[in-house]
Amino acid sequence: MEFLEQLIQQLINGISLGSIYALIALGYTMVYGIIKLINFAHGDIYMIGAYAGFFATANLGLPFVPALIVSMVVAGLIGMLIERMAYRPLRHAPKIAVLITAIGISLLLEYGGMLLFTPQPRTFPNVLESVTYHMGPFVVNSQQIIILVVSVILMVILTYVVQKTIIGKAMRAVSFDTDAAQLMGIDVDRIISATFGIGSALAAAAGVLVGIYYNSIDPLMGIMPGLKAFVAAVLGGIGIIPGAMAGGVILGVIEALVSGFISSTFRDAAAFAILIIILLFKPSGLFGKNVREKV
Amino acid sequence: MNLKKKVMSMTSLAVGMTMMGVLFAGCGGNDAANSNEIKIGANFELTGGVANYGSQALNGIKLAIKQANDAGGVNGKKINLIVADNKSEASEAANATTKLISNDKVKVVLGPATTSNMLATTQIATDNKIPVIAPTGTNPKITVGEDGKVKPFIFRSCFIDPLQGEVMAGFAAKTLNAKTAAIYVDSSSDYSKSLAEVFTKQFEAAGGKVLLQEAFLQKDQDFKSTLTKIKAENPDVIFIPAYYEEVGKIVKQARELGITAPLLGTDGWDDAKLAEIAGAAPLNNTFFSSHYSIQDSDENVKKFIEAYKAEYKQEPSVFAALGYDAGMMLIDAIKRAGSDDPEKIRKALEETKDLQVGTGVITIDKNHDPIKSAVVLEMKDGQKIFKQKINPTKE
Repeated sequence: MEFLEQLIQQLINGISLGSIYALIALGYTMVYGIIKLINFAHGDIYMIGAYAGFFATANLGLPFVPALIVSMVVAGLIGMLIERMAYRPLRHAPKIAVLITAIGISLLLEYGGMLLFTPQPRTFPNVLESVTYHMGPFVVNSQQIIILVVSVILMVILTYVVQKTIIGKAMRAVSFDTDAAQLMGIDVDRIISATFGIGSALAAAAGVLVGIYYNSIDPLMGIMPGLKAFVAAVLGGIGIIPGAMAGGVILGVIEALVSGFISSTFRDAAAFAILIIILLFKPSGLFGKNVREKV
Repeated sequence: MNLKKKVMSMTSLAVGMTMMGVLFAGCGGNDAANSNEIKIGANFELTGGVANYGSQALNGIKLAIKQANDAGGVNGKKINLIVADNKSEASEAANATTKLISNDKVKVVLGPATTSNMLATTQIATDNKIPVIAPTGTNPKITVGEDGKVKPFIFRSCFIDPLQGEVMAGFAAKTLNAKTAAIYVDSSSDYSKSLAEVFTKQFEAAGGKVLLQEAFLQKDQDFKSTLTKIKAENPDVIFIPAYYEEVGKIVKQARELGITAPLLGTDGWDDAKLAEIAGAAPLNNTFFSSHYSIQDSDENVKKFIEAYKAEYKQEPSVFAALGYDAGMMLIDAIKRAGSDDPEKIRKALEETKDLQVGTGVITIDKNHDPIKSAVVLEMKDGQKIFKQKINPTKE
């Protein structure tokens, strides 16, 4: 294969992987934007979503789209429940206490999942026909296209919700200045709860897509993608929604190029090296503006 | 006044409980000294990442012990199996073996299942002079230390990695007539890396050439970028010494990318989940080495498979079969030792010769490893087809 052909194939691989990172990164970034919390349990919500999708297809026999919706609803509710039980009581506690709680929730979900679902990997039933298209020397799988299409649709819906609806306006207001928003009569708790719900639903969609495409889910599947999505969110500028989308895709492409042209052993090192470089040189991320600290 | 009374009664209750505890502990102690049971410890991965392997190996062991106990026990004594869970972690594995030896006073320990967890326990067993059998750990370092000396109390009942690497390198070079190979290894596992080493050495000795070696990590989901790179080199075969969970995804994605070369693997592939994850069609033209085949025509293998099916209502996995082998090897050694003295059991284990176990016949060599045959299996339409049996050449 010629260099150029390989490059294009790697870009195809990278973009489909990156759109998954982007979906997960959105949840990180939304929650951070609104309550300045790095929700480390977010990767595990993605796992919960994958399992919800699995039970919806395998046990209830639902086709792809209804299963995706069921899983997004279930994960959204669990995300809201976690916020209500674990984070809301700590709203006025030091940041570090909430962060540690988030790690605790993450471990609870991972090992609780192991107890409930058993550690054995599960395979999704065949709900989406997988067709491989050969376009000249390039190979694209129909499921890769579906991942990309579903991700783009969800991101468009999210952008619409955040920019055009009342709840989106309230979210932006809370994110901009919580106290002022409260004074204007916005129910801050309800808005934070909705943010967790939406972020978790997006992660769940990523979980279902991954489950169907890679055909294997397990209770610890959320750890690595969770960390990578965190890198993606920071890369794009944490708290900024378009930043998370771009960050996810860029990270996916970088990983594909590194393993394709340098060495697969450097892939994860490259991903986390990006995190360090961004934090050193542009902590506000690619899409972030350098704002002065509010006093 | 009332409170004081309450405290008093609580204290006396506590004292009473403590005394009872002492009494019971005393009882337990006496029981162990002159009992009519033999205590065996089992340290396995019952929860955590590789719980699948640990629990299946334990099923095999339980079957072997049940058969021995039903037949009247060993030397007139019943075997009492005490199980500890190491949560699939090396540090917990060390704790579990310590607990089995010092609290439960077991005479022998079986397990853990995986190489890394096994390695964490060998020093503890050696220090306490308690024999250990590794039922499924295939890394040579389990029985032979870094200094090249055999660990006196550590035994194993399955074959070792170099044999698998050799078998598959020979299979690639001779049966498949491959001239070039790519290796795709799981760099988070010692098992995978040591197999890659042996394969490279043997394949190049047979006149082949390893074009490139790439790596992935456990729990990875996407392998397409690396597979695209491997495809560009166009090797005759691809050797993937790893566990079924990742292998399943690799095989599926490799076929999607249009890689048609034969894919080769080792016993980590041998699980029913492999076909579920990869799908039946992508697995065509893949081959792997393993410990036994369910299609083996040998009478003793058949007998074991029947007994296992009757007990657990499913076909024995490789881990279950190897667990059963370890149980058989231990029971035989205790019989010949004529006692449950750890030192005597150790000596008997060392002298194991031509013993019929579930998957074949084993003789323990000077490195405390069994001399045992391997099989090569081919995947066809999701079924494992027995391809060839390769008998050990060394010694």
